[in-house]
Amino acid sequence: MPKLFYSKSKKLESEIEIYLDKVTTAELLFLEGVKFYLNGNLDKFEKKYKAISILESEADNIRREIKHKLYAYMLIPESRGDVLGLLETLDDIIDICEKVLEQFSIETPIIHEFLKSDFMELAELSSKAVDEVVKGARAFFKDIVMVSNYVNKVHFYEHEADDVEEHLKRSVFNSDEIESFSQKVHLRYFIEKLAAVSDVAESVAERLAVYAIKRRI
Amino acid sequence: MLKFFFFLSSGLFLGWSLGANDAANIFGTAVTTKMVKFKTAAIICSIFVIVGAVVSGAGASHTLGKLGAINEIGGAFIVTLSAAITVLWMTKIGLPVSTSQAIVGAIIGWNFFSKTTININSLTQIVGTWIFSPILSAFFAFILFFFAKKIVEDYKIHLLRLDSFTRVGLLIVGAFGAYSLGANNIGNIMGVFINSVKFTDISIANLCQFSAVQQLFLLGGTAIAIGVFTYSKKVMLTVGGGIFKLSPITALVVVLASSMSLFIFASQGLHNFLHSIHLPAFPLVPVSSSQAVIGAVMGISLAKGGRNMNFGKLGQISVGWIITPIAAALLTYILLFFMQNVFLQKVF
Repeated sequence: MPKLFYSKSKKLESEIEIYLDKVTTAELLFLEGVKFYLNGNLDKFEKKYKAISILESEADNIRREIKHKLYAYMLIPESRGDVLGLLETLDDIIDICEKVLEQFSIETPIIHEFLKSDFMELAELSSKAVDEVVKGARAFFKDIVMVSNYVNKVHFYEHEADDVEEHLKRSVFNSDEIESFSQKVHLRYFIEKLAAVSDVAESVAERLAVYAIKRRI
Repeated sequence: MLKFFFFLSSGLFLGWSLGANDAANIFGTAVTTKMVKFKTAAIICSIFVIVGAVVSGAGASHTLGKLGAINEIGGAFIVTLSAAITVLWMTKIGLPVSTSQAIVGAIIGWNFFSKTTININSLTQIVGTWIFSPILSAFFAFILFFFAKKIVEDYKIHLLRLDSFTRVGLLIVGAFGAYSLGANNIGNIMGVFINSVKFTDISIANLCQFSAVQQLFLLGGTAIAIGVFTYSKKVMLTVGGGIFKLSPITALVVVLASSMSLFIFASQGLHNFLHSIHLPAFPLVPVSSSQAVIGAVMGISLAKGGRNMNFGKLGQISVGWIITPIAAALLTYILLFFMQNVFLQKVF
């Protein structure tokens, strides 16, 4: 019986690892996509957008598989609700990364040269927040004491992203270079979308912090 | 023989109630958190309770025998019946009751009725052990808690792997807990019948001796096992895995700590070993498994820095130390009077 448990849990362990890898890949594709868009390399941007769409459905399948196994094999009855909650909120990160690239692909906002470095910085901060929250999720499974460390980092990057978001919005609305108001509003929408990635990462981190307290012996 | 079995029935009933109530202390959390199936828990619990009772039950029973050598089966019947009624009554009013304390009270009631002098040394030893056993459990739990915490944190065991280890751990520790419960508590339910036992020793091919007392304990162990199978699930589900809500890993620590405490007060081998190396040996005394569990939970609370300390529970234990034996003694005295004067049975 123990061996049976062990082999099932080992398989599930690797599936969870694969799922977390998918979240990291989504974050990298998001960052690369934004970079290519800002550089005007639209072909490469579209490739990244396609890649993230495929990844999103793959991640969904893995998540469903994990959910099924957790319940079918009666594994970790105490924390499976938390594990599923965690995986589902991590899925929100993949979703928003995909959505942002989709909006760029559909709406093709015009981003002026003087805004590009701030746009890139905002995307990088959001991406770092995601990176830390995935590390935190890995720690939740293996190294519970480290979770709070990663959660703190997520909070830090989210806060930094908020600052850049505000600064960018001010630059847009104070700018004389961008003449039409509708264009300013359009840019504000994209600034908010990029910052929203870090917000989602932060909400995952908050859940993670609670789950970690629950799991502490 | 029929008379013997009729009078033994109160002991078997007490055994049944012990099985129904105390299995939750061992497997309650494991079952209610769905880490272990009830059927698996019940099988392991029953087997090891019987093994513990037959192999290692003599020591603690002997101490009870010293307190009151009940020589007539009618007396033994009333003593266990009074203890059983006291346990039922205390359970009904929601106090963490102990079969050990009920039976000691009942024996003292018999001592008063039969005007036998109470062996004060034995009584002090028994009562001292009651107080000491939750403290010892708390101490074990305190140490084991840090040990478990260190293993989980230092070895960075994956949540899922930890889950499988915990399940196996709960089964192994549960088996040990059941063994210790059988060894420590069989005296409570069968001890008073030792002097009136009607069995003869059985020798299997000169290899294995199966004494009359062991046969008696086998019967008692079986009664406990029936209690486990027929009623303990209900107790586990209503009480929610014992008196406290625990996580599977803390349950593992609690069960191990309380079982170690029960084992120490039942193990003849350990007793002899400590004697042989001229160290003070632990007395062999039936103690309360519920109170050992409460002690262990307190130990964990202390290890966590005193958070969630439930002083009300400590108060309840102390109340149990006093009320249970007094109630059982009074009831025994009254019932012995009726048994002797109404049913005209010899009770001493």
